Amino acid sequence: MSATILAAAVSGSLGVVGYGLAAIGPGVGVGLVVSKTIESIARQPELAARLQVTMWLGIAFTEALALIGLATPFIFGA
Amino acid sequence: MVNALALILPGAVASDSSGFEAPSINEFYPAAVLFQGTPFEMNRIMLIRVLICVVLMVVFSLWAGKFKKSAASGQVVPGRFQLMGEISLDFVRKSIAHDQLGEKDGNRFLPLLTTIFFTTLGMNITGIIPSLNVAGTSVIGLPIVMAAAAYVTFIYAGVRKHGGHFFTSALFPAGVPAAFYLLVTPIEFLSTFILRPVTLALRLTMNMIAGHLLLVLCFGATSFFLFKTQNGFQFFGAGTFAFGFVFTLFEILVAFLQAYVFTLLTTVYIQLALADEH
Repeated sequence: MSATILAAAVSGSLGVVGYGLAAIGPGVGVGLVVSKTIESIARQPELAARLQVTMWLGIAFTEALALIGLATPFIFGA
Repeated sequence: MVNALALILPGAVASDSSGFEAPSINEFYPAAVLFQGTPFEMNRIMLIRVLICVVLMVVFSLWAGKFKKSAASGQVVPGRFQLMGEISLDFVRKSIAHDQLGEKDGNRFLPLLTTIFFTTLGMNITGIIPSLNVAGTSVIGLPIVMAAAAYVTFIYAGVRKHGGHFFTSALFPAGVPAAFYLLVTPIEFLSTFILRPVTLALRLTMNMIAGHLLLVLCFGATSFFLFKTQNGFQFFGAGTFAFGFVFTLFEILVAFLQAYVFTLLTTVYIQLALADEH
């Protein structure tokens, strides 16, 4: 079975697969940000408040990529 | 969807059912309610925004009155309502503005930051208030307005402090060999002057859209399982309802978090524009 026939046999939106792939990077990224913050807080609990602010910033920047992936189909048409 | 389900679970779907209605992006374009056909056409989401504006204005004028009265009468012990106002205003003032910008600059930009925080929070929280059920920020118009305000403010802050040097130092960072400016300047331009406001608006909107769609999916599935399936599949409805409840709690967290993140990022952009190496 050639790739074209295989692709034609799969129904549904390829965008769903695309978004799944797009979410991998930010997922790993947010995990890294949080795990490093936990590590730092375990080392220096008195800095917890400052580290948490930085953590939220890091999460916000990383997460933006996943959200841009979610927004792309609406902007550029399905 | 109904065909797929009937295929996997024969006997699950009642023969007269109309099937499961999956949520779509059309959720955010409800029918117009007021002033149809005019440029001021209003749908549910616009009405919710107007309602929240009124609520915010009433609550803040009540707080202002309380603060004024207690300052005039010298009565320093606040009541429950006044304490709520003091704590929430103090949160933006102390742990966002003063922490990032310092007292002097923090107080300069405090009105904008407070407005952004409470507007975003108010508009986000409608997503989980029963009978409103959709966030005012889940259509991109309002986030664009607030991102534009943040954009103008951080450029104003930079230009006010450093003049035209703000743009040259933002686009041509010091300590980079001249040939690399070919590569660095377009990237810096894109990330500072285009992606910053775009991601501010998109982050808020997409969080609200995703949250709302999740809730619609959970409760839509609950209704589907309870009323349109048979042979014991109704019990799945309990599971989807529990998920919906948990996601509702999660959405409260997200509403606060996104308001906090939006305000924090605005503050950080202002702080970067004011920083001395620029």
